[in-house]
Amino acid sequence: MTRALHDPRLPRLLHPAAWWAWAIGLAMAASRTTNPLLLALVVAVAGYVVAARRELGAASPFGAFLRLGLFVIGMRVLLMALLGGGVPGLTVLFTLPEIPLPTGAGGVRLGGPVTLEGVLAAAYDGARLAAVLACIGAANALASPRRLLRYVPATLYEVGTALVVALTYAPQLVEDARRVRVARRLRGHAGRGPRELARLAVPVLDGALERSLNLAASMESRGYGRSVHRDTGSRRKATALTLLGMCGVVAGVYGLLDGGSAPLLGLPLLVVGSAAAASSLAVGARREPRSRYRPDPWAVPEWLVSSSGAIAGGLVLVAAQRGVPGIILQTSPAVWPTLAWLPALGLLIGLLPAWLAPVPPLRALEPHRRDTQALLVEDAS
Amino acid sequence: MIRFENVGVRFEDSGKPVLSGVDLHVDEGELVLVVGATGSGKTTLLRCVNGLVPHFSGGTLSGRVTVDGRDTRTHRPRDLADVVGVVGQDPAAAFVTDTVEEELAYGMESLGVHADVMRRRVEETLDLLGLADIRQRTLRTLSGGQQQRVAIGGVLAAHPRVLVLDEPTSALDPVAAEEVLAALTRLVHDLGLTVLLAEHRLERVVQYADRVVIVENGRVSADLPAAAMAMSPVSPPIVDLGRLAGWSPLPLSVRDARRVAGPIRAQLAGRTPVRVVGSTTKTRQPRHSETLLSTRALVVNRGRRAVLRGIDLQVRAGEVVALMGRNGSGKSTLLAAACGQLPVRGGSVHTGGLDPASLKPRDLLRHVGLVPQDPGLLLYGETVGSECRAADTDVRAAAGATHALLGHLAPDVRDSTHPRDLSEGQRLALALAIVLAGEPPLVLLDEPTRGLDYGAKTRLVASLRSLADERHGVLVATHDVELVAELADRVIVIADGEIVTDGPAAAVLAGSPAFAPQVAKVMHPQPWLTVADVAAALEAS
Repeated sequence: MTRALHDPRLPRLLHPAAWWAWAIGLAMAASRTTNPLLLALVVAVAGYVVAARRELGAASPFGAFLRLGLFVIGMRVLLMALLGGGVPGLTVLFTLPEIPLPTGAGGVRLGGPVTLEGVLAAAYDGARLAAVLACIGAANALASPRRLLRYVPATLYEVGTALVVALTYAPQLVEDARRVRVARRLRGHAGRGPRELARLAVPVLDGALERSLNLAASMESRGYGRSVHRDTGSRRKATALTLLGMCGVVAGVYGLLDGGSAPLLGLPLLVVGSAAAASSLAVGARREPRSRYRPDPWAVPEWLVSSSGAIAGGLVLVAAQRGVPGIILQTSPAVWPTLAWLPALGLLIGLLPAWLAPVPPLRALEPHRRDTQALLVEDAS
Repeated sequence: MIRFENVGVRFEDSGKPVLSGVDLHVDEGELVLVVGATGSGKTTLLRCVNGLVPHFSGGTLSGRVTVDGRDTRTHRPRDLADVVGVVGQDPAAAFVTDTVEEELAYGMESLGVHADVMRRRVEETLDLLGLADIRQRTLRTLSGGQQQRVAIGGVLAAHPRVLVLDEPTSALDPVAAEEVLAALTRLVHDLGLTVLLAEHRLERVVQYADRVVIVENGRVSADLPAAAMAMSPVSPPIVDLGRLAGWSPLPLSVRDARRVAGPIRAQLAGRTPVRVVGSTTKTRQPRHSETLLSTRALVVNRGRRAVLRGIDLQVRAGEVVALMGRNGSGKSTLLAAACGQLPVRGGSVHTGGLDPASLKPRDLLRHVGLVPQDPGLLLYGETVGSECRAADTDVRAAAGATHALLGHLAPDVRDSTHPRDLSEGQRLALALAIVLAGEPPLVLLDEPTRGLDYGAKTRLVASLRSLADERHGVLVATHDVELVAELADRVIVIADGEIVTDGPAAAVLAGSPAFAPQVAKVMHPQPWLTVADVAAALEAS
């Protein structure tokens, strides 16, 4: 690895795993608090880093994830108001007409009084999920999942390929549907309405099937799947190790994110899972006859970005363990949220990648920004 | 290098074999051209080389195909990937990855080429095919020509010893096609690459071929190019001219033809060409007929980029106008705007005095009909018959109207066939019949000759000319200069969204080397465009 890669001033794309590690750190922080001020801070940090370090011309799903988050909050509050959330509250905002349910409905009711405490609890809960979603959206915007999938361990290569193909085909299908609809207009139909939709489905699916066959033929003739595993036993071992490791990682992350699970159950699981995954990766990579084009380097900026996320998440986690006030807000009786300083400072560490991560190559051409954008949205005609 | 020994291919659902008794040897470093009408079995022959037939397609292969000593019966296509590279007909359908660089590297990654070597080869390939400027672009946003070059590059980068290409230049403009072919011949000469190439546009490739393989009704014969052309069922204009003038051996390149064309040029010196278009002699220019399409300072965007920047053009009743220009110059965008598919950013577009975007779809097809680049987009039915009936109800025509039109355009299409099983030419005819059922005064065609053999092209020219005689206006966007020479009254050249030239076909085509048809190059400086023109003049003298 050349020394230049360690310099954050060299424009390049950061390793996708570094961005995802950073985002998971932030998401971990968000999942441990219900304080709307802290949650807003998480979203703001993620949004600022996205605005500062997103590659120009790349698709940005951040906005879509934010909207999804708002929808989640809205739904959460609405359901609470309709069904009751089991949060005892005294401050009744208004009362909905109640529909009597047979006894034994398990505390569920339809309608009835809507309390401030219940609404707040639901809103905080929704906001927590929304902030986690915003972190995932930020990771998507900064490093597309497709780039991350390039680093799927060799033993899971087939699964990774299937995912990549699926990721390519979803937008292609939308594009196809648009083209067929436009062509439908040429035959004198508006291309709207359920009956039209049924007619459109046939050519679109037809086309998708045909393209899948073409793609399969192309992959086959370009040598896909040549990697012959000579020893089935060792392959099975490696696959099992990888899957176990992955499960460990997933369970560990879940344990860290979910405040309700046993304390410090997550971390050991995550460590063990990561170790298993890493060892299988090493075993798999040794037998892997495929090579990788321009693998992203893992240098100082990658360490800085991923550790900034980890520190931010870690500080909030520790503060939550210690019961620092202002992390879990009291809803009954409702109080004004106050900012807890330690976790807030921790979250601000998550903002550092906006300066520590290298500028993406196209964004580095900032003075010519207009030209490059024009180039990128250029369409085939 | 490639060896076919008594090869036959038969698919279960069809009665007669697609290929039978094929014996063919291709030596290392040969560039072999495969010619034949559509549906003759060319593609099947090519797909046999790397084992896609029968491993992937199904069907039964008899005999033996070996490539570099490897038998395709025991080697799957993936096991031959380091020896054979295949570029299919539709480049976009074969892309596995998302960006240009990754696509170039994909094949090498599968073969396990070392990372440093891979990096170097990607750079070399980017230069070789002129892709360096678009290396980071998303594949879906590229123009057809760029996509074709990326597809070829993706295969070339893996350094196969045999390259199999199915119609590599059919989507390219003349200049881009020259570039691709020049790159191929360089590879053949410098690296000893063996190339097997199928192409309908013989005028572009026949002079580069070492040998020509003719596929006819599943039978294959190989010969030296000049000898093969003498009896080939399909032939480029230069060969037709040679046959007309009785030259022997037949010239295959413009240079060869010019060297023997002295007498015929002397014979025709001082004669004014009378253009023979279709089957009739063209004398009257439609000066005062009504305007069917007019645009004024038309600006259309795709995304944020202005693709058309101030287009002024008119198409009148009774004329055929050809729209030319390099890949991505805005031809398809102009056609899409003319039928109201794209929002107009500035200026105006009128078809028959109305704004096409404001028309209801039902009324739109009374004014303008578009046959898109992929005619399959217009087809939804299960059979040709049901498609025709649907078109009748779409336009409220009398039952059987579309079918009658189709019978006129392509008499050999059976009602029970699925539209996807039609040949390119038949599918185009079906789409054209559906469009014409609405009796639109203005007919637009986008790149209609892609994948058409000479026979289908001649039929297309005849039907479009008779449309013009019936006072339709026809606007054709195309790269095919030979089609334009035979068909068009007027040629409009656009570049970068602006009109560069707008004038009579003879003047525009004969005036520029890039757009000149072969006959014009041979007869230069006399302005003859087609073999038919020359034949008529010779007959008259």
